[in-house]
Amino acid sequence: MSTAPELPLWAALVVSALMVIGAAIALIGSVGLIRLNSFYARVHAPTLGATLGVGSLLIGSMICFSVLQSRPVVHEVLIALFVTITTPITLVLLARASLHRDRVEGNPEVPKSDHASLDRHDG
Amino acid sequence: MNRASSLLRRVIPFPLLFLALLVMWLLLQQSLAPGHIVLGSLVALGATWAMTALDPEPVRLRRPAAMLRLALRVLVDVFRSNLAVGTIILRGNRHSDHAGFMTVQLDLRSEYGLAVLAIILTCTPGTLWVNHDPARGTLLLHVLDLVDEQSWIDLIKLRYERLLMEIFE
Repeated sequence: MSTAPELPLWAALVVSALMVIGAAIALIGSVGLIRLNSFYARVHAPTLGATLGVGSLLIGSMICFSVLQSRPVVHEVLIALFVTITTPITLVLLARASLHRDRVEGNPEVPKSDHASLDRHDG
Repeated sequence: MNRASSLLRRVIPFPLLFLALLVMWLLLQQSLAPGHIVLGSLVALGATWAMTALDPEPVRLRRPAAMLRLALRVLVDVFRSNLAVGTIILRGNRHSDHAGFMTVQLDLRSEYGLAVLAIILTCTPGTLWVNHDPARGTLLLHVLDLVDEQSWIDLIKLRYERLLMEIFE
């Protein structure tokens, strides 16, 4: 960060605000991993860090380096793209593995078939 | 016109993929120098030729306007649900009692459309794609704030599925 002192004040304020916001959102997501009480509820929590958290950090990074280098630096969008595409794969895999195990064990908290709520409306 | 496009398909089997890979290469290099364009084109061409070995089902993309609207909707919804889920986490356990599974009957059949829907729903905090039954067209979801089931069904059917069907079918 030897180049950071060259960052003008307005950019420094915007960038640091975005960094703190992004980090705070990721932190809230991580806190959710502890506070939510079932596995399926906990799977929702890390998506906070993977969407708005990462987004905020990347926009901050784009502003910071675009201002420092006096040209648009936008290759961070690739990080956003890859995080967006790969996160759901892991989460869906985890959820399906857990669902399979719960069904095999006969856990009453998960629907026995995929049509649970439809069946519930029928009966 | 037709001959030109079939010639293009023979040289570049997946033109959109080729273009996307080239753009990715140039973004990574952070340069528009002719050398990088040539090198990126070669890499992209190699990758598109490798793709032909997988023989993927051809994808037809239509209505760029619908894509743009979908992207904007998803951005707005991701922002809103981040706030909603953040509030649930910070308030504590009272709200997670409302978490539960629900089923949605989907009319969308395109594999690519379903893949995009899976990414949208899972990336959005608060909804999680769990299982899709292609034979019955039902989707099992886990929702963190399952107070009003119908509002979630409307969200998926009206806000996302209709646009995805316009784009992919």
